[in-house]
Amino acid sequence: MTDVLELSAAQAAEAIAAGSLSAGELFDFYRGRAAAEREAGGDGLNCFTWVAGAEESDGATGIGAKTPLGGVPLAVKDLFCTEGVPSQSGSRILEGYQPPYTATVVAQLSAAGTTLLAKTNQDEFAMGSSNENSAFGAVRNPWDRERVPGGSSGGSAAAVAAGLAPWALGTDTGGSIRQPAALCGIVGLKPTYGSVSRYGMIAFASSLDQAGPLTRDVRDAALMFRHMVGRDECDATSLQFPGEISLPSAERLDGVRLGVPEELSGEGIEAGVLDAFHAALAKAEELGAQISQVRLPHAPHALSAYYVIAPAEASSNLARFDGVRFGLRAEDATDLLDMYTRTRHDGFGAEVKRRIMLGTYALSSGYYDAYYARAQRVRTKIAQDFREAFTQVDVIVTPTAPTVAFKLGEKTSDPLSMYLNDFCTVPMSLAGIPAISIPCGLSAGLPVGLQLAGPAFSENRLLDAAHALERSLGFDGAPARV
Amino acid sequence: MARELSAVLDHVARIGELDLEEVAPTSHVIDITGALRPDEPRPCLAREVVLAQAPATSADGFLVPSPQA
Repeated sequence: MTDVLELSAAQAAEAIAAGSLSAGELFDFYRGRAAAEREAGGDGLNCFTWVAGAEESDGATGIGAKTPLGGVPLAVKDLFCTEGVPSQSGSRILEGYQPPYTATVVAQLSAAGTTLLAKTNQDEFAMGSSNENSAFGAVRNPWDRERVPGGSSGGSAAAVAAGLAPWALGTDTGGSIRQPAALCGIVGLKPTYGSVSRYGMIAFASSLDQAGPLTRDVRDAALMFRHMVGRDECDATSLQFPGEISLPSAERLDGVRLGVPEELSGEGIEAGVLDAFHAALAKAEELGAQISQVRLPHAPHALSAYYVIAPAEASSNLARFDGVRFGLRAEDATDLLDMYTRTRHDGFGAEVKRRIMLGTYALSSGYYDAYYARAQRVRTKIAQDFREAFTQVDVIVTPTAPTVAFKLGEKTSDPLSMYLNDFCTVPMSLAGIPAISIPCGLSAGLPVGLQLAGPAFSENRLLDAAHALERSLGFDGAPARV
Repeated sequence: MARELSAVLDHVARIGELDLEEVAPTSHVIDITGALRPDEPRPCLAREVVLAQAPATSADGFLVPSPQA
């Protein structure tokens, strides 16, 4: 069955369509791998919070070749609501919660022919850059089990990198798809804000959250994204993607103008990452790209603005977890307020509490103008910087993360050093523009990610550029697989 | 936690260095107009489905401790 493991999701769908592979066979293969990983407990990667039962195989067989995605199994981040299947957002406060409905994007992918293979571990409520903030334990990086996979979609990234799922769904608020994709040596796309419905995604920061694919290659990312886009009347911020998502075919970058922002490609980036980044730029030039410097003068302030805006929105979104309608309720409360207080005390982890406090502080009377209102103005300046840069170049390129995967526990005692992981990814999130991370080489034996960002709705162009680079860089994308 | 929050707030305070006098705040990154759907009644989840995940229920509602014990 080794050949099945070698197939990308697109190749698996093609094999099913051609009749050389059955959807049931493919499902059983990955279900067996995922179940074994889950049973391995502390000897495994801890990337799943739920794995489909063997009986689900019959459902997959029925899907067969009738759909565009042919029954290819999909791993889904825990925070997507999946009807009757635990959807816990990595939190004790939602332990065992089984939603009465399914998130729109999961339903869309299911209608296109994916089968639900597993739910993936994540940082609690997507707050984290190392997947160490999960109530269900840290996830390990398949390239080095003593290191983090990145976060918050760390379970999704580790599962795809380790060949435990053909592809996975994640979400990105400030880098939560791109950074784990980079640290695990796979592809991760954060789409334009609004292009994918957020309905049924357990919210972190609603003006930033966006679902996207984590895949082995760029073609798979395009294929999944094609079936994710669309206006959903259940999400007032969603809109119709202008045009179709094409499968990328470019092999050259002739005439493509790449811009390197000095603010995101120098200070604070470790040497090994910069070496891989510059080698990738040299490859891009060989492929015909024109490379120039661009300025994003406000980008160094993006992280500060983000750590006001995201916690502020989170403090509001997480008010719903009060022990009344779903999830955990603390026992033996003396009255209603005591029940609320103790439920939230017991149910939320330290990082979530930290961000709720930051957010409520930033929104409080007397501090609102200094923090939240200013941060929203910085956001305007960052978006203007990008618009200005995109008058000169087609695509902005940066390293995805300032370091390779770091050791478990290395940054847990210093939240600020953890937040700095998002330095290169947060500006695009604040501007709402699409960005993709592709593996561009190794540093000290660990993967390095290259980020490509474009104007809103430029996904087709980004995917094409990423595809050409991916082929040229020749990264094989796989750690040693068990 | 107080020390950690102070460190984050110190970092965040750097946005105070910028001149943002004439800059409009961003409330939404993508222009959307007419986002609301028609206000028409439609089927919703059945009451027992909604109550199924509640920690405690009474008759056909959510049960909570008294506000004043």
